[in-house]
Amino acid sequence: MPPDLSTEEVSRIAKLSRLSLTPDELQLFSRQLAGILGYVEQLQALDTTDVPPTSHPLALTSPLREDDLRPSLPREDAVGAAPEPDQEAGFFKVPRVIGG
Amino acid sequence: MTGPFTIKAIRNAVASGSTSAVECCEAALARIREADGSIGAFRTVDPARALSRAADIDRRRQELAHLPLLGVPVAVKDNICTRDFPTTAASRILEGYVPPYDAAAVERLTAAGAVILGKTNCDEFAMGSSTENSAYGVTRNPWDRERTPGGSSGGSAAAVAAQMVPLALGSDTGGSIRQPAALCGVVGLKPTYGRVSRYGLLAFASSLDQIGPITGCVEDAAVAFEVLAGHDPRDATSVVYDETTAGAQAPESLDGLRIGVPRSLIREGVEPGVLEAFERALAALEGCGARISTVELPHSRYGIAAYYLIATAEASANLARYDGVRYGVRAPGEDRTLAEMYDRTRGAGFGAEVKRRIMLGTYVLSAGYYEAYYRKAQQVRTLISRDYDEAFAQVNAVALPTSPTGAFRLGERTADPVLMYLADVFTVGANLAGLPAITVPCGFTEGRLPVGLQLTGRKMDERTLLRLASAYEKAGLPPHERLGPVANQKPDQPE
Repeated sequence: MPPDLSTEEVSRIAKLSRLSLTPDELQLFSRQLAGILGYVEQLQALDTTDVPPTSHPLALTSPLREDDLRPSLPREDAVGAAPEPDQEAGFFKVPRVIGG
Repeated sequence: MTGPFTIKAIRNAVASGSTSAVECCEAALARIREADGSIGAFRTVDPARALSRAADIDRRRQELAHLPLLGVPVAVKDNICTRDFPTTAASRILEGYVPPYDAAAVERLTAAGAVILGKTNCDEFAMGSSTENSAYGVTRNPWDRERTPGGSSGGSAAAVAAQMVPLALGSDTGGSIRQPAALCGVVGLKPTYGRVSRYGLLAFASSLDQIGPITGCVEDAAVAFEVLAGHDPRDATSVVYDETTAGAQAPESLDGLRIGVPRSLIREGVEPGVLEAFERALAALEGCGARISTVELPHSRYGIAAYYLIATAEASANLARYDGVRYGVRAPGEDRTLAEMYDRTRGAGFGAEVKRRIMLGTYVLSAGYYEAYYRKAQQVRTLISRDYDEAFAQVNAVALPTSPTGAFRLGERTADPVLMYLADVFTVGANLAGLPAITVPCGFTEGRLPVGLQLTGRKMDERTLLRLASAYEKAGLPPHERLGPVANQKPDQPE
């Protein structure tokens, strides 16, 4: 049986996901996430002993390149789309992280 | 503009000077003004920019006359970066965001002479099967305005079906090109994983996402695919593979080609009208010389479950970047800490489906659940891929209905996430295994809703898919039922 998700459990997942939820959302998601987990429970019926996992459809080797300087996005463009850019300093502004 | 509304017809007319790119652009813009109020295919249209680009093409016509999309008006799904248009992925969290660069697929369209008219609506971050998860309103199916166009590339499919543009870009993570194309009665191609650069595609599930064309006919899909495909060093998963598909639609005989049908998958859950259209399509393909046989894909019934664990796990990581720092919107108000700013911005900026998927993905990757869910799903992905390998030892392509039903009503599935997920039951396999797949219109349900035939092929073998789909398109439907460029009825003007 799927684990029944308590609102405490959903709160814990929401915290890990960096999402603030309303009380209504907490209720809705605990029901819906339990429903989805109930559906995917069917996978447990399959014997996957010794089956290697596939993380990617291609057999990839990481492409490498010379570590040389190439043209890249101008800093003003990279900073320009931010909600609180500081174009003069070339920074993204965020709430205080240390101290305060 | 008169004549068939196809890439080929428009491009040839512009190249020869019998019409101008400006005229084609004006005709498409007029069609959007006339029809899009009741459909809602577009998020953004920029007539001035498009017309100025078209005028530039007209000025340089002789120099550019060889280009395959010369003067062709096109649309781009709103989760693909365009420096000339806002790119929001239909999310509040990216409201007003204008990327500082074009996606590789957009660069290629432009280099081929296309005129981009605007951005099309979609499910938020491509998460959905009905386009109802857009934060900016629904898109309606041109064949029945009370129904969804499918999704997540519903705006792109509706724009092509309503003959606003002959080509629109979509993205396909679990069926998001093919399912809406089928439900809107147009052609949609999901290329082999890695054949079209994902540079500039807002990532949802990186091991599954692929960009591809939605068009009115197979020949146009082939032209667009040729333009889009090719190696790009900016996408680490882009493959080096240069074989051309040009001319794939030339020979009409399919002698020697074998098509496998996974009969056990369609025994239940498929709408009768869909099944009938599918069987007629198989008979038509047989009439063209293809040999039809039964294949087994025994693990495909677990595809949706595996897909939703893998896709959400990848999404939970990919969407971590939307945090109110580098782009988009930050929730207003005073935050005491950085973490508080993240939580509030993401809580306010993401819609319900995106939150559900981020949380599901976070959960299945979290300590104590990783083995039971995420790793298990990756193992099932291996089993599903092996089934296809075995089938492709016998046949050149696998045929299925693209969607188990015709277009469903707006609101019909929004309360039940699992029911919505099942819309992708026949399409997720190609994403999990990284295979190319095409949908081509194959008739209607009893309710006059379009049905799509899906053909899935071997890796890198888009050519065979285009050949099969093209032969079917020419032979499969009586002329009055044929959709696409030679439609003798516009979908919103039934006879």
